Amino acid sequence: MSDVVEKTLTALPSLLSLDSHPGSAKLSSTSKLGNLIRGITELTSKHEEEKLIQHELLAIKEQVSSPNTTMRQMKELMVRSIYCEMLGYEASFSYIHAIKLAQQGTVLEKRVGYLAVSLFLNESHELLLLLVNTVLKDLQSTNLIEVCMALTVVSQMFPKDMIPAILPLVEEKLNHPKEIIRRKAVLALYKFYLIAPNQVQHIHNKFRKALCDKDPGVMTASLHIYLQMIQENPDAYKDLTPSFVTILKQVVGGKLPMDFNYHTVPAPWLQIQLLRILALLGKNDQSTSEVMYEVLDESLRRAEMNHNITYAILYECVKCIYTIHPKSDLLEKAAKCIGNFVLSPKINLKYLGLKALTYVVQQDPKLALQHQMTIIECLDHPDLIIKRETLELLFRITNAQNVTVIVEKMLEFLCISEDDHTTIDLVGKVAELAEKYAPDNEWFIETMNTVFSLGGDMMQPDIPNSFLKLLSEGFDSVEEDRKLKLFAVNSYVPLLRGEPGKLPQRFLQVISWVLGEYSHLREDLEPAEVLSLLAKLLDMKNSSSETKSWVLMAMTKLCKGGTDASVTQEVSETYSSSLDTVLRQRAHELQYLSQDPELRARVLPRGANPETLEVDSSLSFLDRFVSEALAAGAAPYKPPHQRQEELDQSKALSLEPYGLSLPISMSSCSITDRQSPTLLSMSSGLSGDSADLSHKGGSSALKLDGVKRVWGREGYLAQREPVEEAAQVEVPSPIQSPGRQGEGDSLHSQTPTQTPTPEPEQEKQQLASSLFVGLASQSSVSLMGKSEPTPQRFRRKAKGQGPGSSFNASEQISSSLISPPSAVDNLLCNNLLDSNNASELAEQTSQLSQRLTTANGTCHTEAELTEPDTKGCNPALRRDNCVVAADPGPHDDPGRLTEVCLDSYLPAELSGLSHSEIAPLCANQSLNLSACHVQKEDSLILVVFIINSSESAIQQMLLQVDSEELEVSCLCDSPAGEMTSHSVAVGQYSLTVKRPAVHVEVVGTVSYQLPAGTSQSLQFSYKVPLTSFIRPFVVSTEEYGTMWLSFSHDTKQNLTLINDNQEPLTATLNALKKKLQLHVVEVIGMEGIVACRLLQDLPCLMHCRVNAGWLAVWLRSPVPDLPDCLIYHCQRALQSL
Amino acid sequence: MRFMLLFSRQGKLRLQKWFTSMSDREKKKIIRDMTTMVLARQPRSCNFMQWKDLKIVYKRYASLYFCLGVESQENELLALEIIHRYVELLDKYFGNVCELDIIFNFEKAYFILDEFLMGGEVQETSKQIVNRSIEASDMLQEVRFTDMHQTLQDDRLE
Repeated sequence: MSDVVEKTLTALPSLLSLDSHPGSAKLSSTSKLGNLIRGITELTSKHEEEKLIQHELLAIKEQVSSPNTTMRQMKELMVRSIYCEMLGYEASFSYIHAIKLAQQGTVLEKRVGYLAVSLFLNESHELLLLLVNTVLKDLQSTNLIEVCMALTVVSQMFPKDMIPAILPLVEEKLNHPKEIIRRKAVLALYKFYLIAPNQVQHIHNKFRKALCDKDPGVMTASLHIYLQMIQENPDAYKDLTPSFVTILKQVVGGKLPMDFNYHTVPAPWLQIQLLRILALLGKNDQSTSEVMYEVLDESLRRAEMNHNITYAILYECVKCIYTIHPKSDLLEKAAKCIGNFVLSPKINLKYLGLKALTYVVQQDPKLALQHQMTIIECLDHPDLIIKRETLELLFRITNAQNVTVIVEKMLEFLCISEDDHTTIDLVGKVAELAEKYAPDNEWFIETMNTVFSLGGDMMQPDIPNSFLKLLSEGFDSVEEDRKLKLFAVNSYVPLLRGEPGKLPQRFLQVISWVLGEYSHLREDLEPAEVLSLLAKLLDMKNSSSETKSWVLMAMTKLCKGGTDASVTQEVSETYSSSLDTVLRQRAHELQYLSQDPELRARVLPRGANPETLEVDSSLSFLDRFVSEALAAGAAPYKPPHQRQEELDQSKALSLEPYGLSLPISMSSCSITDRQSPTLLSMSSGLSGDSADLSHKGGSSALKLDGVKRVWGREGYLAQREPVEEAAQVEVPSPIQSPGRQGEGDSLHSQTPTQTPTPEPEQEKQQLASSLFVGLASQSSVSLMGKSEPTPQRFRRKAKGQGPGSSFNASEQISSSLISPPSAVDNLLCNNLLDSNNASELAEQTSQLSQRLTTANGTCHTEAELTEPDTKGCNPALRRDNCVVAADPGPHDDPGRLTEVCLDSYLPAELSGLSHSEIAPLCANQSLNLSACHVQKEDSLILVVFIINSSESAIQQMLLQVDSEELEVSCLCDSPAGEMTSHSVAVGQYSLTVKRPAVHVEVVGTVSYQLPAGTSQSLQFSYKVPLTSFIRPFVVSTEEYGTMWLSFSHDTKQNLTLINDNQEPLTATLNALKKKLQLHVVEVIGMEGIVACRLLQDLPCLMHCRVNAGWLAVWLRSPVPDLPDCLIYHCQRALQSL
Repeated sequence: MRFMLLFSRQGKLRLQKWFTSMSDREKKKIIRDMTTMVLARQPRSCNFMQWKDLKIVYKRYASLYFCLGVESQENELLALEIIHRYVELLDKYFGNVCELDIIFNFEKAYFILDEFLMGGEVQETSKQIVNRSIEASDMLQEVRFTDMHQTLQDDRLE
């Protein structure tokens, strides 16, 4: 049988040259499927259709299970089942037969079998197990079509856990002689990479081979994988930039075969893929960006045809230009291009233009000004999609002057939008803008009221939380504070008097809290009235129990006894028998506290600043209770996230008996209740942590992971964030009504309308001036991300600051990592697409792949070179081990020679210590400079060697060393004066870190005079990794705990775990300890705490936890940037293993 | 790319292709949402929509709507061209394609799509090459089953 297939395959090319009749497919409309379809179209009601299909399915079911049904008939039956399923009727009985058809049918039947399987089953279906063998068999088939089908089905729906079974065969296909197979294999691997990246990690070098494939189709397919990998780690692929640029150049230049053209545009999909990759590589990286300027310019120029596909390329090009390091003439061209989009009468292009504007407007607000009239038109566009995109753009250009207009437009849109996703998103944006730029109290409260009513219960929970936080924190001015709170109270009372049933639950919760806290500010309002309004909420049918508990809390704060007693008494009686434990708790609290005003005043002091409250964040007063419970056999507390993880890990049935659970008492947290129930749950999370540790001897809370820390020993922690200081300087702006604000704006707006214009036009102009006000002043320069110095009325949440600072650090990292593109790589792929001669190409590729390996080789050595010092210093710090110098390993470079002899020039007091490799710095005809650094227990010494390599003496030599990040102090006298021929002078400097960076640099100058009298100078720089300044820091767990709480700079990241025979946590910590000189304080279960110090005494603490195959690391230090730098080195250390 | 749907003006599904794993419930919801959203669009609106975190790109060809769900950072115009090229491929294969061709030969439409897109990415854009490989597979049928006797026997069994 397979013989026939083989023959067919060989005969194919000749058959294909005759143009076959494509219409032949239409014949099948006389088949049974045809009858079914026609039958359905003749029906008039849904009911009749259902009857017909059920009848049809019965017939199919009978036939598929009959032993006499041939595979050919089965194929036809499967097609009919697919059709029934597409109409929405289930045909699950046919699933197994589809698998059978794929297994047993001939090529054509198999094709339908595979199609049916891929349509019927999804990745998690258990029947798929039965498909593995069929796929394996087909992957090994000699029939190309079968292999293709197997690869297609594999990329369509293969389950993650079955990938290992077929992976070797798919990998093998990367070397298949047919390019179509190679291409499909690459795409299948791409799919695997998406669903299970770690399973294909070992084939990364094969991806490189695919990238260099002689068939441009295979190369294109491999770019999908590269785009993904580069997205995750752009630094690792910088060396490929010149290759990508070369490929793009050739594609743009039309060097690809005609087959790749799409409407005469050369390989647009490939072009766009490359542009995306280049954007990722060039981001925040000047030197890499410079490599691509030329080709980007050419891409812009070539894409001039008026067709969708060229616009698609242009759009991607513009995005790339605005992502990479800026170049002014390219930016100008890109801006013009955006103009073409925005001004186009075609709505699709306009949409894309708005999208592009949104992308670039933060860097170049001028562009928004240029197109303001178009933007206004789009704001009123009948198509909601366009409107929505315009709002997105406006959101990016909002400032204190135009906020009222923009927010108004957003709220207008919210009223008509019906899409939940849009509502959630937009509500969040309005809240953010309101908090950032609110011009006055009334506006702020009113806007937030609209946000709460429109956002309903869909919006992100942090919106009401941060609103309440803002209210309670207040400003610096007590008076302003009071006004804001009073205004909130004033606006809520009528809402409750009206129809509170229509308000969303979240809003009701906010209202209850505010009334509970601040209704006393309004003197004419009797607490009794507030109480009865609140009690009304309790009686509403649709109030959730969460809302009720907020209401009860508020009532507890308000009740004073006396006349209020009857209401509270009634309420607390109703709910003290509630089935909901939280409600019952609240009701009891209400009852007790309303009867004991003294206790109430102590527990819920009115108007107290949150700062003044003494809060024991570790809830240590519970320790005794916890240890008693533990002694009685209760299970130790696990924080929710840990429980969730464990749950995920053990999805199978649990056969273990359940442990005793330990209820955390809520009543003991009542002090923190003044914030909100949400915060309450956080603090109970904290209490659990202390419970966990207390029985092990630790006293402080350690597991703070995943818990936002709001309260600390010193009170409200947000106080310590750096933003705060900036915010405190600002004076709250005088209250101004929105209307007056608008007038003021139009006065100094930069588009004055002098000439009389028709009415609607004028309206637009006015809108424009109020929308785009404040942009002109910023638009002058600054192309890169700039910080907006707009004063803010309200304190901003500190949360934004953390990621921002770590971003800066990562920027530094990326810039320090750029490796110069090697010449080898430049050659790579250079001729890949140039020639049309196939045989020549084949030869070249094999050469190229060889070159590629050498290119890899250089990369590796370079990576090693950056870390020699860590290797060198290890032995010295292992105290029991007296090895003096580390073995730097075989090196062929000429610097090695000098090092050997320079070793003897090391000052005697340093010679016993380990030092980094002596590296040549610079040289000219007379001087040769080298340097190394020596790690002492408590300092780092830089040693500079100056060798007079000339035949004559030099005079007045002066060595100066300085650094931006370091404090440099000269240890003994700097070498100076005269140096005889072939002598060596040595300078010693002690270095301490002023400002941590991933690598710190020392720059120096040697100036001297030649005998002839001409003075010369020589400059050098020397880089030291931060790790050289790190020393172990020996502390006890208790000390660690106290320090942890007091440090404010932190960063978190997931690191890879080392998986060797040992326990992964210990193995990883040991590796880090060895490489980076850390001190492991304690390891408890799946967690470990580690400490180190930056010379001299700047501590940095590290908390590690094993979490879903990763090491979740949290670093804290009193020094800014230190955690970020250290996490970088941890990462490097683990990667280099 | 996440999915591709073809449906008629009446909202009848003609073809569905899912590029990521999804439960049947999710699929049903997407199909329902897409048909209602797309069919409700006014003429001369743009061809893009937002649905949850996805970008929906759709286009109408005669009586059929082609609807593509892509990640929101994707290039919408390019997605539009993917639809267009697919229509061109169908047209090349069927010769002046119409909705009926796709209804009666939907499995062929799937095969063409599989040749054009793989794993949610464009695999082959050339009309000639896609057509050639589909016909290569089709041809097998004709060569293998010219055996009339076999065919007749099959028919008798039915």
